[in-house]
Amino acid sequence: MKQQTRTLADRQAKPLTKLLLGVLTWIVVLIFFFPVLWMALTGLKSETDANTSTPHFIFKPTFAQYASVWKGAGGLNGLPPYLEHSVIVTVVSTLLVLLLALPAAYALSIRPVRKWRDVLFFFISTKMLPVVGAIIPLYLIARNLHLLDHVLLLIILYTAINLPIAVWMLRSFLLEVPAEVIEAARVDGAGLVRQLRRVIIPIISPGLAATALICFIFAWNEFFLAVNLTTVNGATVPIYLVGFVQPEGPFLAHLSAAATIACLPVLLAGWAAQDKLVRGLSMGAVK
Amino acid sequence: MVNVVDSAPPVPKVRTARPGRRRSESWIRRVPLVPALVFMFIVTQLPFVLTLWYSFQRYNLNFPTAPRDFPTFWNYAQIFGDHIFRTAVLNTVLLTAVPVIASVVIGVGIALLLNRYVFGRGFLRTLIISPFLVMPTAAALVWKFTILDTTFGVLNFFLRPFGLGNTNWIGQHSQLTIIAFLTWMWTPFMVLLSLAGLQSQGEDQLEAARVDGAGSWRIFRALTLPQLRPYIELGVLLGSIYIVQAFDGIYIITAGGPSTDTTNLPYYIYQTAFQAYDIGRASAMAVIVVIATILIATVALRLISSIFSEEGMRGR
Amino acid sequence: MPIRLSRRSGMALLGVVSASSLALSACGSSGSSSTSSGPVTITVAVVANPLMTTIEQLTPGGFEKSHPNIKVKFVTYDENTERANVEKDVAAGGGQYDVLMIGPNDIGAWSKNKWIDPLTSYANSDPSYAVSDILKPIRDALSSNGTLYAVPFYGESSFMMYNKQMFQAAHVTMPANPTWTQIATLAAKLNNPSKGVAGICLRGKTGWGENLAALDTVVNTFGGQWFDTHWNAHLTSPAFEQATNFYVNLVRKYGEKGAGNDSFNECLNIMQQKRAAMWYDATVAASTLDAKPSPIAGNMGFAPAPVMKTQSSGWLWSWALALESASKNKSAAWKFMDWATSKQYIAYDAAKNGWASVPPGTRTSTYQNPKYLAAAKDFAPLTLKVLNSVNVKQPGIAPQPVPGIQYVGIPQFESFGQQVSAEITAAIDGQESVATALSKSQQIAQQAVTSAGLKTGG
Repeated sequence: MKQQTRTLADRQAKPLTKLLLGVLTWIVVLIFFFPVLWMALTGLKSETDANTSTPHFIFKPTFAQYASVWKGAGGLNGLPPYLEHSVIVTVVSTLLVLLLALPAAYALSIRPVRKWRDVLFFFISTKMLPVVGAIIPLYLIARNLHLLDHVLLLIILYTAINLPIAVWMLRSFLLEVPAEVIEAARVDGAGLVRQLRRVIIPIISPGLAATALICFIFAWNEFFLAVNLTTVNGATVPIYLVGFVQPEGPFLAHLSAAATIACLPVLLAGWAAQDKLVRGLSMGAVK
Repeated sequence: MVNVVDSAPPVPKVRTARPGRRRSESWIRRVPLVPALVFMFIVTQLPFVLTLWYSFQRYNLNFPTAPRDFPTFWNYAQIFGDHIFRTAVLNTVLLTAVPVIASVVIGVGIALLLNRYVFGRGFLRTLIISPFLVMPTAAALVWKFTILDTTFGVLNFFLRPFGLGNTNWIGQHSQLTIIAFLTWMWTPFMVLLSLAGLQSQGEDQLEAARVDGAGSWRIFRALTLPQLRPYIELGVLLGSIYIVQAFDGIYIITAGGPSTDTTNLPYYIYQTAFQAYDIGRASAMAVIVVIATILIATVALRLISSIFSEEGMRGR
Repeated sequence: MPIRLSRRSGMALLGVVSASSLALSACGSSGSSSTSSGPVTITVAVVANPLMTTIEQLTPGGFEKSHPNIKVKFVTYDENTERANVEKDVAAGGGQYDVLMIGPNDIGAWSKNKWIDPLTSYANSDPSYAVSDILKPIRDALSSNGTLYAVPFYGESSFMMYNKQMFQAAHVTMPANPTWTQIATLAAKLNNPSKGVAGICLRGKTGWGENLAALDTVVNTFGGQWFDTHWNAHLTSPAFEQATNFYVNLVRKYGEKGAGNDSFNECLNIMQQKRAAMWYDATVAASTLDAKPSPIAGNMGFAPAPVMKTQSSGWLWSWALALESASKNKSAAWKFMDWATSKQYIAYDAAKNGWASVPPGTRTSTYQNPKYLAAAKDFAPLTLKVLNSVNVKQPGIAPQPVPGIQYVGIPQFESFGQQVSAEITAAIDGQESVATALSKSQQIAQQAVTSAGLKTGG
């Protein structure tokens, strides 16, 4: 998608119209990006510069807020333990999703089971159930299994929230794998694991990456389950942030710095892998 | 570069199984599915069985020793007389439908703009996807305190020249605030999908239409929109699935208020469970929501079928 | 064939089971650490608030140094989240926290439900702790049938705070015992929107412990009440309506902008930034507002809670520490609670941050300490006086069914109070008239006590 084709409309439009549309595009995009920019900028301010009714657009940037988010200051804990939990939960659940979803997608596409459509619907329908309706049973089950406030609990639950989408996406990618290739491997007597490892995974690795990215985003950003089921030992980054719901003292710069750090991993991953994101979201329709 | 659903490579032919091996063959096919299915069944269905069971009990955490009266329809009776529940239903519809529609319309618009040659197009695309990537909790806090705040919010600063510099957005325009927040988060998603759709459009077809003297609007309606349709349907479906459960933004920005203006079903169930500690009633609400969802989903699932019907057939 | 397959799926299940049992054993080892010789970690749930921030800062160098075998982990939430998470945990016996921050309204029900442990014997076991030193109204509020169930981190009533410079500049003075009518007149004079200064800062944020706390004291002194002794709701009575109209009009006309989002912390910020002339809120605010490094320290004046028909009108509250019954580290937890609410902590805090900002409203000895009285002379005597003048059993002019000043002392209140407070926010935001808000609230409150079985018959 690097290639920038001049479309027909471009060639026909008058120069002025083109210019105006270009300016409009920039304005609209910048409006959408502004809150993110503002968050990062405010994080670079001192509290004096941040807490003003006439915003300071020119200010002396400081990394003091970022540093204090990192180290913990003013009674607030530092972010690192939360980050650590977030990373563990996100990475492990994403791997687990791929591990479970790939064979399932295989059984729904390449050698489909008889009622594959119903199975696919079952997976998707679990996404439509309100999580909030299950939170009390989840809490009680977790308590009985001694899994409350444990990263393993979030790993299991995040695997469950992402698995349906992953099965669905991977299935679309698997459908793109040329049949002859798989057939050839099968004739050679390759079992499922070998087929996957030797033939399928190399072909769909961009699709796998796209799926992993989507799972990563949703797991990293999840709040509801985390706030209800963890406190300290399993608490993830969003839990750190809700400490700011009731602010005290001038806090805008500190909050913005914390929010920026919280968003950074997913922002960077998403920016770096934009094409994967498009592929993933359009369910493999775009190669 | 770009490929579409119906121009996909040839379909793998399912081997016609020999009669004697049919049964074992079909079992072998199921094996790879088992771990995922079992996992999903345990994690998502078992809690709902408990929810169903609780919904027939008078179970309030505040009164652990009170009789549970199992089975009772008391919770369901309460809900049918509960005007806040009705408000929450209407709010859920409003706070889902409007953001979904708005983000689709704006998303298609931005995609059309970005599909042209624009200076710095790659850079702009990088910027536009950001709202979808940021953590909703973080974004909600930033919106609440640094953007929408009456005094310190930068929005009111920008609006001051227009005489709107003292607007109390969160208090007086709470529904608009939540709609804007959700639309902002989900528009990038729609942009990406629409861009994918637009880039799968054949230039030749457009060229031909233009030679025939068709205007831009006609070309858009007759060629571009049908081309985008499956992408938009997918966007609407996924967008609705996620937005109908919107919680983070409401919890942080408006806390469901003022009054019950932004109380949607997830938030109301949360309040019933964790402010009233009325597990029975919260469970009954969840059961009602699940039943309603199943009804709506039957319609929605038909929509998915249309999305992957072409390639879906190839699986056979 | 099916046999082989089912064995395989059985293997998969086995994998899940063994993974979770692994986790269980991991959990078990961390859970049982209290019996082993290694350091014990206790988890303390607190509400985000300036004095809590101070204790979080002082714990590593203070408590953890003197108790090297105990690590303290604070979990800081906003008030609503803290209540929800803590109650869910105690009610389900989750044992995620060891020490909980709760208020007087929880004591009765929670002690009856055995969610929190009685503390009398713990407290008596440490002679230096001196239970009798804890202020009587606070001690009573945290006890049930004479048994202590929580120890106060700080105690508070409510009063009027004002910026003396602004009063001088406007040539007005605060009466020694103001009425609400006088406050409204003052607010009108001091309100200066063109300079971004509000006449008064008042709580508008939704929450029974937020805007209702302030409003309820106004209702009491206007002669209104939530319920009579037969649990008939009176939210649409003339007195209740008059009080609510007064409060809503006052904040809408002369209050801070966007008041519907503001509560204690927000008003504290507004006062410190000199964007409001007066503030009616918790007495504890003075310890932050009138102490270094507050930019207006030394510039604050204080007056008792404004009245109309009653003699006094302050509320009574304490953020107190309770011991969760499901805690696995009770003795370590008590050691922390002891330290956090002791005379020694107050002295330690004073040594680090100065006397003016120590936790107020807990101990008689604090108010007998000449250093404290010197540093906090503007507000300490008044705080003690208003704390001692509250009447929890009947704060208004009519008898009420259960004790409680700024709340109705039944567990259901947390829910219907929240709903009513959302209506009040809507009125403050101008989304509803006071009459509409109150008629909805009347229904909500009446229905809640009726379905709770408190009010019988029609």
